[in-house]
Amino acid sequence: MTRRFILGTVAHRLAILVYIIFALFPLYWLLKVSVTPNDLLYSEGVRMWPSRAGLEHYIFVLEHSDFPKFFKNSVIVSASTAFIVTILASLAGYALSRFTFRGKYWIVVLMLLTQMFPLVMLVAPIFKMLSPLGLTNSLGGLILVYVAFNVPFATFLMQSFFDGIPKDLEEAAMIDGATRFRAFRQIILPLTLPGIAATLGFVFTAAWSELLFALMLISGADASTFPVGLLSFVSKFSVDFGQMMAAGVMALIPACLFFLLIQRYLVQGLTAGAVKG
Amino acid sequence: MGVRNTVSMTAFVSSDRQRSTPVLRRLAVASEPYLYSAPAVILIVAVMLAPLALGFSYAFRDVKLLNPLSGGFIGLDHFRALIDDKTFARALKNTFFWAGASVALQFTFGLILALLLNRPFWGRGIVQALVFLPWAVPSFLSGLNWAWMFNPVIGPIPHWLFALGLTDAPDNILSDPHNAMWGPIIANVWWGIPFFAITLLAALQAIPRDLYEAASIDGANAFQRFKSITLPFLAPTIAITILLRTVWIANFADLIVVMTNGGPADRTQIVASYIFTQAFRRLDFGYASAIAVVLLVLLMAYALLIVLLRQSLLKKA
Amino acid sequence: MASIDITDIRKNYGAIPVLHGVDLTIRDGEFVVLVGPSGCGKSTLLRMIAGLEDITAGEIQIGGIRVNDLQPKDRDIAMVFQSYALYPHMTVAGNMSYSLRLRRAAKQVIAGKVASAAAILGLDTLLERRPRALSGGQRQRVAMGRAIVRAPKAFLFDEPLSNLDARLRETMRGEIKRLHQSLGATSIYVTHDQIEAMTLADRIVAMNAGLVQQVGSPLDLYDRPANLFVAGFIGSPAMNMLGGTYRAADAAFVAHDNSVVPLGRAYGCADGAAVTLGIRPEHVVVGGAGGHVTAPVDLVEPTGFGTILHLRALGTDLKAFTLERKTAQVGETTSVALPPDRLHLFDAAGSRLS
Ligand SMILES: Nc1ncnc2c1ncn2[C@@H]1O[C@H](COP(=O)(O)OP(=O)(O)O)[C@@H](O)[C@H]1O
Ligand SMILES: [Mg+2]
Repeated sequence: MTRRFILGTVAHRLAILVYIIFALFPLYWLLKVSVTPNDLLYSEGVRMWPSRAGLEHYIFVLEHSDFPKFFKNSVIVSASTAFIVTILASLAGYALSRFTFRGKYWIVVLMLLTQMFPLVMLVAPIFKMLSPLGLTNSLGGLILVYVAFNVPFATFLMQSFFDGIPKDLEEAAMIDGATRFRAFRQIILPLTLPGIAATLGFVFTAAWSELLFALMLISGADASTFPVGLLSFVSKFSVDFGQMMAAGVMALIPACLFFLLIQRYLVQGLTAGAVKG
Repeated sequence: MGVRNTVSMTAFVSSDRQRSTPVLRRLAVASEPYLYSAPAVILIVAVMLAPLALGFSYAFRDVKLLNPLSGGFIGLDHFRALIDDKTFARALKNTFFWAGASVALQFTFGLILALLLNRPFWGRGIVQALVFLPWAVPSFLSGLNWAWMFNPVIGPIPHWLFALGLTDAPDNILSDPHNAMWGPIIANVWWGIPFFAITLLAALQAIPRDLYEAASIDGANAFQRFKSITLPFLAPTIAITILLRTVWIANFADLIVVMTNGGPADRTQIVASYIFTQAFRRLDFGYASAIAVVLLVLLMAYALLIVLLRQSLLKKA
Repeated sequence: MASIDITDIRKNYGAIPVLHGVDLTIRDGEFVVLVGPSGCGKSTLLRMIAGLEDITAGEIQIGGIRVNDLQPKDRDIAMVFQSYALYPHMTVAGNMSYSLRLRRAAKQVIAGKVASAAAILGLDTLLERRPRALSGGQRQRVAMGRAIVRAPKAFLFDEPLSNLDARLRETMRGEIKRLHQSLGATSIYVTHDQIEAMTLADRIVAMNAGLVQQVGSPLDLYDRPANLFVAGFIGSPAMNMLGGTYRAADAAFVAHDNSVVPLGRAYGCADGAAVTLGIRPEHVVVGGAGGHVTAPVDLVEPTGFGTILHLRALGTDLKAFTLERKTAQVGETTSVALPPDRLHLFDAAGSRLS
């Protein structure tokens, strides 16, 4: 009995170790190549750690490439998207959580529908619609598209957070003399702050990762987001692996920060946007 | 008498004055939920529903971005072309393989991970954060990262495979027409395991503990407990997650666009990436939209199939 | 302070009617208790008065002003919720002063009102705490404090004591009554607990299935229940209900086992009509001379305060309550008397017969 128990425990820990290695090794490799000087990259073959490490790739990327600009663009797009989506989703999520009204069912259906059909279908028509408005090749256009794509999922997420707050609270506030909107702002929203942070995190991460629409809608370097910049970098200078990976590590940083922020809400987020990534 | 008259007069006047405002007030109250949801709904309609409708019309029109004379109605020409399009047929086949293999592997390894994490042990919180980290990596970066891992110049994988005798030379699997699809699939599995693990872990933790205790007292061993308690409890979550996830992955083109761009020789092209290639590289919006319509029809058929399946299962139960 | 007039109020949820037309007038300063079983529509009625539910039909006036279309904030009422609904992110003082701050009252005025309300409720030392750090009874007090700082036209209570343990409930019940005596505010109090209703109310409104069954003083409802529902609902242990027929010849009740209970007077009812005879357990006389029937004792339940005896009599399980401790043993046979002036007679439809 005890021997079997010990064996079981050892097997359990070993299996977990395998998962950790599998999860982290690619990221470790990314980091390793990004700090390997060019002269060692090809000469040392497959080594777990280079004999000499340095930050030269990072310095080059920061000083002599467009990546700081891409980074800035991505931050602008992702932060604006997250901010706007969270406002819209709070309002809509509140309506879905608190009111019964004619047409509510159809709003839910509409939002679920947008989660079901392949967004890649919209690449061409959206380009056609935005270009006469001057919204292609602009951060504004990208933000508009990302906001619309993320609102349904964020609405369901916010709705689930509102559902967790008793209705009595805003009723008490309304009896105390508040309008419903004031009760929403002063009583309900402060209590949803963790949920708002989670929504911000989810949407920021989604916008930060988006590739296909950014590729389609953005063509010049000036409005490129990080993924677009990195991909064009790949095709242009496919030999500068160290620099690309240094840029890759930089793209990873905000994503990891937001991951820490939303880690507690993963389950809720995944169920709210059951079909989303 | 006179006093009474005055009183009723004022009552009359005040009630008359109130009659007009309540209508507005009522309207304001009744419109409240619409005001809250309007911005979101308008945006969705304008930026998702309208382009969807436009896309439908493109499917029957000749829309090429570089040809200013295009735009005319051409009926079913695109669909006729699709029937003879070898790449499309291949993409369809690839989509099934891509979605099937990805979901099967993600689910299997996700379930194992969830079961491993469902047991309390020292440092579980940190382990959880570490093994879920791939989910946070932007998909384009996952793709690039794995492409580099498969690249014999800087990546270790070809050398390992060669050393193990699995390949004849340390070549890039992504340029091998027969095995290229495994590249994006492995990247997808790495990236998607956390999704299944998190969902299943949540479902596992919702199973009442005392059920297991009762079963142990009744003399069930670990495997019997898994079979008679865990699986039945997880079944609904598993079913819905797999069904929805399959659709999502079938449409998930990022990894393929980043890693292989559909190559070599369209061996890794899936329908979604083919749509993107037609729109983005060839700028043939009409043809891209026609493929998209076919994809949508297939997805709807899939959804219908699931609904029917569910109903027949419910009827049996 | 104001009166409240409710005229033919109806409420449907979708197609389902929940209130079928309620008429009620609550006088200025009166303490009215709405009592009835769960789901009978008490909360719905209260929430319609508060403005939290739409009114399907009918009219509500507060202080003579029609409020059907007024928002809760414009009705000038205060409400204490079953869940207390304290704002978790505000301190006790913040909770109590929120309504005053919304009305932009001056700082000193707010401080003064909060302090005096806190003094009345014994919350002085807790003002800077958050609701999370309070016990159930303290939260309940804060909820009351939030209502009384405002001096509204009326207080509404929706089962404010249901979440407290039995002892605390008794204490708070007394405090609410004392508070009403000193403030004299118009109050509507919803509860499913008939003891609360009896002890607190100036007038009780007994409701069932969306209809008002009887309105009257607590003792009215206890002594002269208008129908079987009220008779069964008010009083604990519950009134004995015996099925049988009315015999006009000698003004007697004939039970199903053919035993006869003299009623002492004639009732307005046809000979041979099916009726229900009601008598409260505390009015059943056990032992002593002049019993109508003899009955075996089935079960003895001592409560400490008294004893509940279950007797097999008149074809049913007849409960009797006495203050005595030394009573009959199980298996013994004892004589039972039903004093005519303590009897209630109801017709087949359940209405009280006179
Ligand atoms: N929002 C609602 N939608 C539909 N039915 C409701 C709603 N609220 C209450 N009801 C129904 O109305 C009836 C009365 O409810 P309520 O007034 O809360 O009863 P109670 O007397 O216990 O306070 C119940 O049968 C309840 O199921
Ligand atoms: Mg209630």
